[in-house]
Amino acid sequence: MSNVFIAFQANEESRPIVDSILADNPAAEAVYSPGLVKIDAPNRLVVNRETIEEEIGRDFDLQELHINLVTLSGHIDEDDDQLTLSWDH
Amino acid sequence: MDTAVKKKKLGLKPRYRAMTRGLDWQTSYQDMDKIFPYDKYEGIKIHDWDKWEDPFRLTMDAYWKYQGEKEKKLYAVIDAFAQNNGQLGVADARYVNALKLFIQGVSPLEYCAHRGFAHAGRHFTGVGARVASQMQSIDELRHYQTQVHTISNYNKYFNGMHKNIHWFDRVWYLSVPKSFFEDAMTGGPFEFLTAVSFSFEYVLTNLLFVPFMSGAAHNGDMATVTFGFSAQSDESRHMTLGIECIKFILEQDPANVPIVQRWIDKWFWRGYRLLSLVAMMQDYMLPKRVMSWKEAWEMYAESNGGALFKDLARYGIRPPKGWEDACEGKDHISHQAWNTFYNYNAAAPFHTWTPNAEEMDWLSEKYPDTFDQYYKPRFEYFGKKHKEGERFYNTTLPMLCQICQIPMVFHEPGDPGAICYRETDHDGDKYHFCSDHCKEIFTNEPEKYVQSWLPVHQIYQGNCFPEGTDPTVEGFDPLAAVLDYYEIEVGRDNFDFADSEDRKNFREWNGGVEEEVSP
Amino acid sequence: MKLTTLTDYPYEAKDRRENFPAPLLYIGWDDHMMFCAPVCLPLPADTPFGALQAEILGGVYGAHPDFKEIDWDVVTWLKSGKPFTPDSALSLAENGLGHKDVIRFITPGLTGIKGSHA
Repeated sequence: MSNVFIAFQANEESRPIVDSILADNPAAEAVYSPGLVKIDAPNRLVVNRETIEEEIGRDFDLQELHINLVTLSGHIDEDDDQLTLSWDH
Repeated sequence: MDTAVKKKKLGLKPRYRAMTRGLDWQTSYQDMDKIFPYDKYEGIKIHDWDKWEDPFRLTMDAYWKYQGEKEKKLYAVIDAFAQNNGQLGVADARYVNALKLFIQGVSPLEYCAHRGFAHAGRHFTGVGARVASQMQSIDELRHYQTQVHTISNYNKYFNGMHKNIHWFDRVWYLSVPKSFFEDAMTGGPFEFLTAVSFSFEYVLTNLLFVPFMSGAAHNGDMATVTFGFSAQSDESRHMTLGIECIKFILEQDPANVPIVQRWIDKWFWRGYRLLSLVAMMQDYMLPKRVMSWKEAWEMYAESNGGALFKDLARYGIRPPKGWEDACEGKDHISHQAWNTFYNYNAAAPFHTWTPNAEEMDWLSEKYPDTFDQYYKPRFEYFGKKHKEGERFYNTTLPMLCQICQIPMVFHEPGDPGAICYRETDHDGDKYHFCSDHCKEIFTNEPEKYVQSWLPVHQIYQGNCFPEGTDPTVEGFDPLAAVLDYYEIEVGRDNFDFADSEDRKNFREWNGGVEEEVSP
Repeated sequence: MKLTTLTDYPYEAKDRRENFPAPLLYIGWDDHMMFCAPVCLPLPADTPFGALQAEILGGVYGAHPDFKEIDWDVVTWLKSGKPFTPDSALSLAENGLGHKDVIRFITPGLTGIKGSHA
């Protein structure tokens, strides 16, 4: 089993995204360092557009993640509703 | 009343395919192989380009929109930084030398990547790969531009940044990054992707960016942090290109596996050696330290890399040959690299210094098995000699490794008290290497590396003097002539931080106050 | 060519002997990594080997406190990592040293600053 991770600039825009990810991925953990928040999860992590929209109270295009995304690890699967990181093997 | 019916939209994947596929054609006036002469010669077999899975599916409209938003935010921060004299907020002026190293040694690589991806983007026959490469080419040009803009404010106040491109093409240590990228750019498009997208942008990228950017954050450099994070979101797209292209190539034909494995071995090692400069920056050039190189290596290489190669094992790919030696080196390379620049600071346009007592305590704590035994004694000796007015400068040119072009500073694996020497004969001449892995890179492609422009050798051949120099005149000083050729301002750009103009200025601007600086 | 290329192309090795004013010799002082790496010097082939200890190495290594303590009678040498017994009276060439050879010297009992191999 290996960790996947996703990291964002730590700012007001990414805060609800981080909260959404932690809500949808119970095994995920967020680690903060200056300006950066990194979320680690064993094997798999899902970012759900709907959860974010509930958090921020407006429509959200998942590609908006690009504005605050710093780095990530794992294979990516992406469509309009979710972004999934995984190590399947 | 009728409720509004939402118009049915194509999903992201089919939408992206519709926007980017089917715009190419099979040529009829000329042979496809003539239009695309580079896509077969490396021996990589592609049977079905339709199997290419696009990494992030950004169409041009989304790209401009989100990149535009990032740019507005970034340039607002850069403006604010300049207006508020942000350069006064850095921890101490020694930190600026990390930025000098960056603008000299990293930024030009962004430009090289821009050129390299533009070339790859022209020469793949697969449309998906062409689009991804072209997008990355734009990203890389953006990185060069934003780095120059970010660091330009510091350039107004500190030395060692104003001639980065001139230095990149000439100065001895900058041939390390230059030769790295030119090696990649002179390979074919598949090797280029394996070298840059996979080995560098995926396997090793976090080791470059996170130390510099966290280092900037800890040391009061808001502008660089902002640039760094702004670039990193582009990097996440680059990383996905790296991992997806490697998967694609390996899945297309089993014959590709040994070719790709050889490239992974080569480029992991070349990338690792290049990162010696970052290791040194992280452990020695950040007055407020974040984490040690060793810790960063364990986090970003060992755990992350472990997961990656476990995943690739199903294709028959194993971890790179140099993996163990790279891990063994984590306790050493930062100290070995800093020692190198301390030695040759007369010829480098940024400053070095002896670490102070508190910094040495941190190094002892972070490197319990190596710092006190192998490195602290010499740094203490350097400090002592500097106090006595005899700051040590090495005045003899070093022996370089033929491949990585770094001076032969690395130790024999398992024996930290001894330099590692390797050699081979080729076509009547001897060639020398810092390690088994650089040696193997040479023996696999000797015809390439016998053409390398090694700075020390070029100096001795008389090719590093200003045009019109006559080396036979009485009193000719070759070192001075080389520094002239480099266009290094002696006494301003080079030598120890302690007596530098940077230090003097920064102290004055801060009302005569400064952090404790050695000696 | 071992190198995979589009076509065969003519190329030149950049560091052939004739490109330099004198053959290159690489020299390393074992256990003295204060000097970050072995050095590279162009030395005429007819340079007496003894000139190394008498004149040349002082300029290279004199800054180290061990240097003046060296007893040249007990120094041992390696060439390409193998034991090498040079004759000080003979030239570099007569001692079998050619372009881009590498020699190392070991000074028993002198192992750098506080014995740290630096």
